[in-house]
Amino acid sequence: MRGSTASSASDSASASNARGSSQVPPLLELRSLLKRFADPREGERTVVADFDLDVRPGEFCALIGPTGCGKSTVLSMIAGLERPSSGTILADGAELTGTDPRTGFVFQNDAVFPWKTVLGNIAAGPRFRGAGRHEANDQALDWIRRVGLTGFERHYPHQLSGGMRKRVALAQTFVNHPRILLMDEPFSGLDAQTRQIMAGELLALWETLGASVLFVTHDLEEAIGLADRVVVLTARPATVKQEFTVDLPRPRSPREIRFHPRFVELHEEIWSTLSDEVRVAYARATTVS
Amino acid sequence: MIPAIQLGILAALLGAWQIAVDTRSISEFFFGSPTGTYRELYEWIRRGTVEGPLWQQAWVTLQETLLGFGFGVVLGVLLGMILGRISILARIFTVYIGTLNAVPRIVLGSVFIIWFGLGMGSKIALAVVLVFFSVFFNAFQGARDVDPGLIANARILGAGRTAVLAQVVLPSAFSWIIASLRVAFGLAITGAVVGEIIGATQGLGLLIEQSQGNFDPDGVYAGLVVTTVLAAAAEGLITLLERRLLRWKPRRRTSPSPTT
Repeated sequence: MRGSTASSASDSASASNARGSSQVPPLLELRSLLKRFADPREGERTVVADFDLDVRPGEFCALIGPTGCGKSTVLSMIAGLERPSSGTILADGAELTGTDPRTGFVFQNDAVFPWKTVLGNIAAGPRFRGAGRHEANDQALDWIRRVGLTGFERHYPHQLSGGMRKRVALAQTFVNHPRILLMDEPFSGLDAQTRQIMAGELLALWETLGASVLFVTHDLEEAIGLADRVVVLTARPATVKQEFTVDLPRPRSPREIRFHPRFVELHEEIWSTLSDEVRVAYARATTVS
Repeated sequence: MIPAIQLGILAALLGAWQIAVDTRSISEFFFGSPTGTYRELYEWIRRGTVEGPLWQQAWVTLQETLLGFGFGVVLGVLLGMILGRISILARIFTVYIGTLNAVPRIVLGSVFIIWFGLGMGSKIALAVVLVFFSVFFNAFQGARDVDPGLIANARILGAGRTAVLAQVVLPSAFSWIIASLRVAFGLAITGAVVGEIIGATQGLGLLIEQSQGNFDPDGVYAGLVVTTVLAAAAEGLITLLERRLLRWKPRRRTSPSPTT
């Protein structure tokens, strides 16, 4: 897997160039996003406020913040599942309203369809988008091979392990070739070992795909191991507190990169910023209830 | 081994009944007997009933049952899904449906006979009403119960409104709906037979009603046996359907549904 990572990374040279240079126009622009929910107790609850962020084409961007800070709401708004109360979301300079074919979303919980086989699940996207059965199946079979699920085409999700179901979810999203890939703590339900393996596979797949990624997590090691840039968010309402460029070499293995001296430095640096917010969120959670 | 014991218990019970009748411990006139029931059935099969051949009577009842079941299920699923997904409609109409559900529906049989006459129509209508409510509430619950994450996923993968309904909401609600189908089929037979007992020109219910009028318990039992055979066959078919449609579920023992 890792050998193929190296070669495919050089294949998609355009993606890695774009990642390095900052003068390329951003693929995704979030402009002063605000999201309020009606709340019976507080009247209104502001979940996201003054949220500004640019994501360059092919960039892997991790959003990290305390639990319940509104990270997921940001992704939901970009995906078109929720409307911002105010502010704009631009993709390629044009405003995004509603769901968009350029967007892919990997959910925290399994969102694979339990009544579809592995093949049916992965072919679902192309089918929804109007591809014929044959064409959709061909594309799906290709992705089944790429995520290493060959031989499980006819299995139903309940017959698979957590890691395999996650591979189905990745293939289901990737088969649509998203240019904007939103991931909401996708590996949080997995055990530590599977999580590391999946992170490695994600990087390998991403390098062949060249999509811009917004990866929400509350695990700092995961964020640094995967991303080009780590964006620290404040406790609710979520807003960008500080951004950190992760100048670690690629292609990387999320497991081995942890021992890189620069990784340890970055971890220290980001943690000091993040821990304040975690403390705020914790204090709030314990006093309110 | 188990089937042998089960058959043994059945034989023992029927035997005890027969002996009780033969020794005049209980009155054959009121309670009938297994051999009497068997004779009656044999007569029906060999020479036909007073109303014509048995298969014809059974076919009438079966048609009423199947049509009532079919219309009732389609209506129940359709309305259940619509109200389940569109909350404003649910808020308007649940009070009506709840109230109608409280009506002792068997009584509607008399109403339908006045409306639709003694033919099959009134029986089908009664079966539809009985089936509808048992299916409706399950379909409604099933449609509301759909994991919102799955709907979100389908939408992002590119599904439109109808694709979400057909490929996410419907299959997800299926396990709820299927659970209600067993009960519903029993109710469809009940509707057809009771409708015939209230007033009919043909059907198993009519045979039962006539035997009752002639003070012939064996005839009532014979009618019951034929009805039960139909119900059991339908139960088998629904189990097959369930296996086919819920293949994707982890194997678990199906428990009888708690509806009605």
